[in-house]
Amino acid sequence: MAANPATGISPLPTYPPVALREQNGTEAINDALTLCLQRDPTTLLIGEGVPDPKGIFGTTSGLRQRFGPQRVLDMPLAENALTGICIGAAISGLRPIMVHQRIDFALLAMDQLINNAAKWRYMFGGQAQVPLVVRCIVGRGWGQGPQHAQSLQSLFAHIPGLKVVMPVFPDDAKGMLCAAVVADDPVIFIEHRWIHPLRGNVPAGYFETPLGKARRRRKGTDITIAAFSHMTIETLNAAPALARLGIEAEVIDMRSVSPLDVPAVLRSVAKTGHLLVADTGHQSFGVAAELIARVTRQGFDYLRAAPASIALPDLPCPTAHAWAGHYYPTAASIAEQALRVCGIHIGEAQRRELGTLQATTPADIPNPEYRGPF
Amino acid sequence: MNATMDELDLFHQMLRIRRVEETLAERYAEQEMRCPMHLCIGQEATAVGVISALAEGDRVFSGHRAHGHYLATGGDLTAMIAELYGRASGCSQGRGGSMHLIDTDAGFMGSTAIVGGTVPVAVGAAWASQLRDEGRVVCLFFGDGCFEQGVLHESMNFAALHRLPILFVCENNHYAVYTPLEERQPTRPIHAIASAHGLHAQALDGNHLPAVRAAADKAVHGARIGDGPQFLELHTWRWREHCGPDVDDHLGYRTPEAQADWLARCPIEHAAAHLCSLGLLDEIGRQHIENAIQYEIEHAFDSALRAPLPRVQDMYGHLHGR
Repeated sequence: MAANPATGISPLPTYPPVALREQNGTEAINDALTLCLQRDPTTLLIGEGVPDPKGIFGTTSGLRQRFGPQRVLDMPLAENALTGICIGAAISGLRPIMVHQRIDFALLAMDQLINNAAKWRYMFGGQAQVPLVVRCIVGRGWGQGPQHAQSLQSLFAHIPGLKVVMPVFPDDAKGMLCAAVVADDPVIFIEHRWIHPLRGNVPAGYFETPLGKARRRRKGTDITIAAFSHMTIETLNAAPALARLGIEAEVIDMRSVSPLDVPAVLRSVAKTGHLLVADTGHQSFGVAAELIARVTRQGFDYLRAAPASIALPDLPCPTAHAWAGHYYPTAASIAEQALRVCGIHIGEAQRRELGTLQATTPADIPNPEYRGPF
Repeated sequence: MNATMDELDLFHQMLRIRRVEETLAERYAEQEMRCPMHLCIGQEATAVGVISALAEGDRVFSGHRAHGHYLATGGDLTAMIAELYGRASGCSQGRGGSMHLIDTDAGFMGSTAIVGGTVPVAVGAAWASQLRDEGRVVCLFFGDGCFEQGVLHESMNFAALHRLPILFVCENNHYAVYTPLEERQPTRPIHAIASAHGLHAQALDGNHLPAVRAAADKAVHGARIGDGPQFLELHTWRWREHCGPDVDDHLGYRTPEAQADWLARCPIEHAAAHLCSLGLLDEIGRQHIENAIQYEIEHAFDSALRAPLPRVQDMYGHLHGR
């Protein structure tokens, strides 16, 4: 490095700063889409409302202006055909990213997703591939109700050939979306609506976070709580109360449903001997049941007590806000279930501690600032 | 290639498809081709007439009754036969059978088993061609039953909206398995609905090879020059049962009069008569073509049957990529 001719002193070497930015989920996803569209001209972004003034809750805002109407476009209200059209573009060498403002709309496209996207590579012996990302947003609260608040990961994960991921934190949302776009397979990218306002530190620039890998978000010794999507947040909120009751919970954000990172959970259960799985889907035939089954089959000797799960009741989501706190599991219900798995009697002290977990905001909104309408 | 030589070649192609299908029907009883099979005997002119209008680099998609489309596109015969026999060397490596054919080198991008399944996929391929300015035309075959699927109408809407370079070919053989068109659709022309979607549409006799070829030439040209999606409704008739090797008219779902009428309108004999009248084909010439086809088919069956069965350890392959 050249010395300053006036002083004869060489400047100190400079290092790039730790490139972390505080962002919310919306910004992180918008960033990921921007970077993917920028680095690969074969990437397309399509969905109902993608270029509209609301821009899919802000996640696609500004992208049409930046990348043009050919690559960032709205679509007819025809989910099945448009999914097939994206599959056709994908087998022709493009990389479409499709967006559903609610995952419930993707049900209209199940023929194309299950019969074509999931099988095209396999049924033609690897002679073609479907690099397609389908972003599906799971609504919650504010009366989203029976057809705008389903959490359908187990439905998709049942199908061989589909990858299913559900990141929570903004850094994972960004890195996993980038990884999904470069993957040569269809990826169902499930975004809980409540991850959009969630803030966190996100590395700047392009990076990929591997799909199919869980991430430990809290170290613990007494119980493993494996959580999916928004349940990770509820679980992390429950953990300090559990700690005050003498239970150190190890919290694993599963991040992916298929592939399912069973080894990460087994490693943790080998240490804690207890397992609770918290899922955003329904209880029956769900992801929590699958994870418990696999851990039990492969790690029966590690378990000191029967595992348990926390999930939605086997009911469609009702609309009335008075029911939201009873329909959705909370930090308090997770903590209570964790105590039961650990064989701890729920006495006065426990009840008091669980009482501190009662939410201060209504259960049908993500934060006090939320004003609707969707 | 001059027009008359072209017609002789198209006759050869139609006859080849007919003989392949007949041989498959004959040998199906051996119980070695263990998959559902939908033969296209009687419908050869739609496949050959339309596909011969395409150019190098164009793409073809089809549905469950796809043997003719695959072969007319130039799909490898031995690989198709091997696929039907569940061999590792099959065009889909033994994972597809009769209803999942592919030969990407030839431009045959895939046929699948769900009615309407490949419709949007073909539209997506046309979209990709347009976005990349490749100049490819995509040709999509489906039946009258598919016209009842919502996905077809969704797909025509998108194709018209973006003026995509695609040719929709509706092979109207008037039956969905055993159910006649009259029990499934109101009395109105299929092609008129396509017109209402904004497609350039027309209907014609799908067993009349020169007419099909002429209409396809015009449609492919229109698609290629950016005139938007095209639609041909080709009336035709399936001679055998919906699925399987047999003739099933004893079941009484089609009238003997209709059957006799359509048998008399055999696309191959019609083309042969036309070529004879032009002095381009005689008995000896036809026999030469028959012999060449027979030799090719025997060779294809021999090669296919000599090919190994897929290895058990390969069953899990090709589920995921990178």
